[in-house]
Amino acid sequence: MHEVGIASEILRVGQIEAARRPGARLIAVSVRIGVLAGVDSDALRFAWEVLSQPTEGVAPRLDIEVVPRRNRCEVCSMEFFSDMLGEDCPACSSRNSRLLGGDELQLASVEVEE
Amino acid sequence: MTTVVPVEKKVLHENQRIAGELRKRFEEQHVLCLNLISAPGSGKTTLLEKTLNCFQKNEKVALLTGDLQTENDARRLAVYGFPVQQIVTGSVCHLDGKMIERALEKWELAALDLLLIENVGNLVCPSSYDLGEAAKIVLLSVTEGEDKPLKYPSIFVKSDVMVITKIDLLPYVSLNLERMKANARQVHPGIEIIELSCKTGDGLDVWLAWLERRRDSVRERLLCARS
Repeated sequence: MHEVGIASEILRVGQIEAARRPGARLIAVSVRIGVLAGVDSDALRFAWEVLSQPTEGVAPRLDIEVVPRRNRCEVCSMEFFSDMLGEDCPACSSRNSRLLGGDELQLASVEVEE
Repeated sequence: MTTVVPVEKKVLHENQRIAGELRKRFEEQHVLCLNLISAPGSGKTTLLEKTLNCFQKNEKVALLTGDLQTENDARRLAVYGFPVQQIVTGSVCHLDGKMIERALEKWELAALDLLLIENVGNLVCPSSYDLGEAAKIVLLSVTEGEDKPLKYPSIFVKSDVMVITKIDLLPYVSLNLERMKANARQVHPGIEIIELSCKTGDGLDVWLAWLERRRDSVRERLLCARS
């Protein structure tokens, strides 16, 4: 539901980063989205298509890498990936794990043409 | 020639920056800030009404309540005599740090020790926006079904507590309450769970005790800071 706001923020930050290199044109923005970030990739792509249309030339691309949930077992300290709902520890079967990652919404890089 | 330039910035870094500043201010001023989140109609305003009703009139409590439209919630909450501001978001589906910052310009933070924020009714988007709160609290009513923690895991992962509301309706719905709790614990093993009914008052004491415990920990830090 808030993907339009997220897409416009990605575009805004991407353009600022590209503008740091004089004369460079923004070609693509890469983002990492955790499965727990509450952001839907398809809705984000749709918002991006609408928002990124330039008055002339080619629209910049949006590259999305979806990041799984990362957990650490509180019993045996094993770190493991799971789907968004979490899983029992694959080493000791404990249910008690702590979230390490998978909720990020990170602008990883921009690609520019110089 | 094309070049890939590493950036590694949070997309919502501007909101994160504001939330970080808010959190610092809350901690410095010893204000406990709680962010209540749920779907529309789960009973956030009603729980706040019952909570305010139990407070002494001299409590240093203030409330911010977010909605797309209307000042209805602020009117309901203002009856109890504590400062309340409605944040009308227009079409925005969540509160963000900037909205909180702007609202707080009207209040002296040092005169408060509890700030309750009622987010826009929505189980998805509010989970992405940090407001500088000490804890998120997710409400889920028994009429919403036991699978919601699995369908909307983000908010259940990020909340310290799940408050199950409207338990007086349990005889009339086909909810498996234990399943609902197990689902919440599956996505967030450490989540605290409180069951209550604002209608009958059952479980309200557990909620108020939880709130007091959190307030006590802030008061203890205040005492340590003064001594």
